[in-house]
Amino acid sequence: MPTVPVSTHVFARLAKATALAAGMPTLRNAFVPQPVVGRSPGELRAYIEGMDPVAKRPFMQVVLDGLTRPLDDEDLKGATFERSTPRLLPPDTEENLQRLFIENRWTDFLPIVLPTEERVEQMLRGTSQPRDRIIGRMRPTAFREAWEFDVEKVAVNAVMAGARPEYLPVILAMAASGITARSSSTTSFATISVVNGPIRNEIGMNSGIGALGPYNHANATIGRAYGLLSQNVQGGSVPGETYMGSLGNNWAYTACFAEAEERSPWAPFHVDEGFKPTDSTVTVFFGGWYTHSGFGPRATWKEKFIRMLTATDHYSPPLIVMDPLVARAFHEMGFTKRSLIEWCAENAKLTAREYWDDQWVTTLIRPHAVAGVEPYASRLRAAPDELISIFTPDDIRIVVTGGETQGAFKMISGRYLGRGPGTDNKSKPTVLIDEWR
Amino acid sequence: MAKKITVHDPRGYPPKVVGKRLANRLQSLDGKVIYLVDCLFDNADVFIEQLRLWFAEHLPTVITRVIKPRESWVDDPDMRETIAREGNGAIIGVGL
Repeated sequence: MPTVPVSTHVFARLAKATALAAGMPTLRNAFVPQPVVGRSPGELRAYIEGMDPVAKRPFMQVVLDGLTRPLDDEDLKGATFERSTPRLLPPDTEENLQRLFIENRWTDFLPIVLPTEERVEQMLRGTSQPRDRIIGRMRPTAFREAWEFDVEKVAVNAVMAGARPEYLPVILAMAASGITARSSSTTSFATISVVNGPIRNEIGMNSGIGALGPYNHANATIGRAYGLLSQNVQGGSVPGETYMGSLGNNWAYTACFAEAEERSPWAPFHVDEGFKPTDSTVTVFFGGWYTHSGFGPRATWKEKFIRMLTATDHYSPPLIVMDPLVARAFHEMGFTKRSLIEWCAENAKLTAREYWDDQWVTTLIRPHAVAGVEPYASRLRAAPDELISIFTPDDIRIVVTGGETQGAFKMISGRYLGRGPGTDNKSKPTVLIDEWR
Repeated sequence: MAKKITVHDPRGYPPKVVGKRLANRLQSLDGKVIYLVDCLFDNADVFIEQLRLWFAEHLPTVITRVIKPRESWVDDPDMRETIAREGNGAIIGVGL
């Protein structure tokens, strides 16, 4: 079936790379200017009647040519080829290798520890797993090719990040989540990872003062290792090719912390999700798109929570990170974690007009609403000025951490379950670390 | 002279690329059924409708049909089967 895909011009390099990886390097793409979102019918008609900014020819001429121009030899043969990555790089000086890693975009542009054979061997002592055990596949988005990786590749990237061998089981579990920390979504998603269970204390993770900041070796290097391994085992995170996040995301440098289980009035997060208190787990939240911060709960906490919840970009539900002072105050007010989440879901409402006026809600959720899937269908049936709930309780999670110097909390974009771009994993973002010890 | 060291390659293992030849092109679009696939990105429906109108005005002998997948970014075999069974060509837009 002759087909012409139409993309906006900023995706030209990505479209070419995707076609090549699909074995169709001569795929006949056509391009219109960016953006399409927000443009009127008249403006889009002008795109159609105007020039293809990549081919530099009239757009419709490119489309019609794509459907009718006879195939040539290149079109007919496609492109079959093997690619490989070597286990070891050719020997070179440290200076040259550092330059090579930067030029090949294998780093986050902060200094790395070169993964020598000795250092990788040392790192692998942090797990009993065989070095060649295949962990899984990873890719920048769901429509890209997935690259495979094993235990040794994760160890290599852990060395680069400056991690210690005792952190390796946590990093392997993150890799096993199937979620990339280097999504190429235009929305610049990152991941925020939370560690629960005994391993937090065994490896000295921080759940106290500055838990989310650069104040702990394990927190910092585990989060960084997850980012580095994601970009490298999936085959890159290169702007314009394998990364399209318009703004980028500072959570992507490193975002990993431990829950303050001992100082929380509630059960640990992993126990809520069905694990035993003695299990060690890591949970990968996919988001980081927004971060709202506040103090409380004070007399007007309800109004503040509603303002914050409704100010979120609601296609990406919030992970609420609370200092123990905040959690204990809610507990003393009679809230369980679940009842507070239910209160948030019940009271976070927007008009249907505002709810649907969002490009990702339109793109990702509206098709399900049209198909009759609840609660989206009810939201779509609502009159434009009718207030509708924007979250269900299952959308929202609460984690307790922090140093009790202030009653602070954050609402961070952090989808735990469900639909969304950038990951194959829709169902099990909490991974048992103990399997990777 | 600086000492040389050996380090690991940090990249994963890419899959084999299996070539696929492009489908034969149409000699003419006259009387042919061209599916206009709305890929469900925000405002793609507006773009596709303008594309349909362009064909109606400039190439009225081309039969266009607008079709949508079941959901965004997920393969819809039923939609593909419909296009393959009833169509002669397709234009997919607009988005990645």
